[in-house]
Amino acid sequence: MVFKMAGQTLYDKVWDAHVVRTYATGEALLYIDRHLVQEVSSPQAFTGLATRGLSLHRPEAHIAVADHAVPTDRDPLSLREGLAAKQIARLEDNARRHGLPYIPTNDDRHGIVHIIGPELGFTLPGATLVCGDSHTSTHGAFGALSFGIGTSECEMVFATQTLLQRKQKRLRVLINGELCEGVSTKDVILAVIRKIGVAGGQNHAIEFAGPGVRALSMEARMTLCNMAIEAGSRIGMIAPDETTFEYLQNRPLAPKGALWSQAVTAWRELQSDPDAEFDDEVTLSAGEITPHVSWGTTPAQCAPISETIPDPSAEQELDRRAQMVKSLKYMDLKPGTPLSEIEIDTVFVGSCTNGRIEDLRRTARVLKGKRVAPGVRALVVPGSAKVRADAENEGLDRIFKDAGFEWRRAGCSMCVAMNNDRLNPGERCASTSNRNFEGRQGPEGRTHLMSPEMAAAAAITGRLSDVRILMNGR
Amino acid sequence: MRKTKSIIQGIAAPLPESDIDTDAILPAQFLLLLEKKGMGKYLFHERRKPGATPRFVLDAPEYHGAKIIVGGPKFGIGSSREHAVWALADFGIECVIAPSFGDIFYANCFKNGVLPIALDDSQHAELMIAANRATEFIVNIEWRELSYGQKKSVSFDLDGRRQRAFLEGLDEIEQVRAEDGHSIRAFEKTHRIAAPWLHLSKQQLCTFENVEANNGNDVTGKASA
Ligand code: SF4
Repeated sequence: MVFKMAGQTLYDKVWDAHVVRTYATGEALLYIDRHLVQEVSSPQAFTGLATRGLSLHRPEAHIAVADHAVPTDRDPLSLREGLAAKQIARLEDNARRHGLPYIPTNDDRHGIVHIIGPELGFTLPGATLVCGDSHTSTHGAFGALSFGIGTSECEMVFATQTLLQRKQKRLRVLINGELCEGVSTKDVILAVIRKIGVAGGQNHAIEFAGPGVRALSMEARMTLCNMAIEAGSRIGMIAPDETTFEYLQNRPLAPKGALWSQAVTAWRELQSDPDAEFDDEVTLSAGEITPHVSWGTTPAQCAPISETIPDPSAEQELDRRAQMVKSLKYMDLKPGTPLSEIEIDTVFVGSCTNGRIEDLRRTARVLKGKRVAPGVRALVVPGSAKVRADAENEGLDRIFKDAGFEWRRAGCSMCVAMNNDRLNPGERCASTSNRNFEGRQGPEGRTHLMSPEMAAAAAITGRLSDVRILMNGR
Repeated sequence: MRKTKSIIQGIAAPLPESDIDTDAILPAQFLLLLEKKGMGKYLFHERRKPGATPRFVLDAPEYHGAKIIVGGPKFGIGSSREHAVWALADFGIECVIAPSFGDIFYANCFKNGVLPIALDDSQHAELMIAANRATEFIVNIEWRELSYGQKKSVSFDLDGRRQRAFLEGLDEIEQVRAEDGHSIRAFEKTHRIAAPWLHLSKQQLCTFENVEANNGNDVTGKASA
């Protein structure tokens, strides 16, 4: 196999194994093993395909599921009217027409694309995997080469099972040491983005490495890779190891029997060689990272909870200063305000960043026996039907409901505000999602990004709060 | 075939902000639409609400019919939504000039006949000044040059294949199917031997809707919303 050349990074190895040909322009025709199809980015791709009179090159390389527009407050099948219902019906219809494996909204495998791919074992190390969604970087946690694409590229994958791609530079994010109590990989990735900026990883494939990454569960790794795109990288990868194999073994679509052993042998080669060269490197010490919250309208505008809102006039760079002024105006915040004094009225726990069972467990641990502060609306939206069922089996739903949270069905929900789960103008939300852009959670809504445990702390106190202080009762 | 295009000529509108994300270019509520056409009226929806102050640049009379946007750094970061580019194209924007772009947005532009031009800071600053005066720019795709007023032209980078796509109206899918169909099938054969676990069979997928283990016929009928 091609996997065995010296001096290569993980990214190089998976890339090389998928190059169909290279062109004189330096671009490569990259073979795509797997494609997750959702309702928002696919309709125009199917229309394009129909206009060309083409069928799918390989229907078994895709799985289709609706996640963005589905309602989470009721049985999605009850939704019959309106644009969302139409969009979901269109996906169903297109899937049927093209013989595309489809997961209905009432299926127990339903959920957010980036949660169900790994759950099903559709996501595998060494695979190329794409989806018309920028958070496809999530699947890189398994050592897959996965990235978000636009609708035209979805059409290209439908028609040819390939994409024209230019090879990215390589950036290694080295994480040493271990995380402290009350700190999660959400804080790590926010700290990374704060350090390198929202374009710091642009044109680069990130590899997260180091002891701090090895110690992480698969779910924590997915949170890390999920937000690579918020640092400007379409790709965030982690070399597969025993943790990866253990997670994947016996998943419905993972290889079985002799094929499993053969696959694991190959997957063990998917490490960056000791002499591999990276174009850039960033090092963080996990032990020094404390809980972060965002205060602005880009994920890089975040800070440890102990800090205050920064003063734009102290910012030397003009662009950045202008952006800070604009963000603070939108967020209705004043420089110098301690972050822990910012009051919130909404809490959202969910999304492909933090909607997995471990996220819900960590949230529930903080919430147990406590109540949501008066006047705060709190919802928890499991990332998949399986996460929801597992949580119910563990009794987590009771903890959430007793605390005053709404217990929802799976979907993207208030991460993207395409259904009715959205902020009203002026509302302020403690959110475990990944984007705090203007209007992301609803027109004129204000988002503070944070970890699940920090969102739980905010729910209880009604303001941004250091979960470590809350838990230690200090 | 797409329409060929070698010259883009029109008023340039300034948008001197960094980090204009695709959520701002086209907010999520319009992602429910099923066509590419007609998205233009929702372009920058939140900023173009009636009575918005200051008036959004594209709604100011001097920028009426603008074909070019001069934006700030990191234009088009965030969500992969191609809808953002469809909205720009449908509105009549054919070219976006910025110091840098979001990667996915940048690629999406080319698929829709919108030309993204990345320029260094000093060149970009000059163009921003010119755009502030509602200047007409002429972008010559063949020469990879941009000119306005009496100014001498500024040259820009454009990948050869992408340039040809504009000039000759080439379509990527047609091109790859015609030229590389063979290589793809050959690759699939060897790839399947090297990594057989990556090849899912109908058998493995038969518990999903639309897949039947033996012949792959339609077996729907479970749910239809
Ligand atoms: S949860 Fe949010 S970020 Fe993730 S796929 Fe859904 S909309 Fe995108």
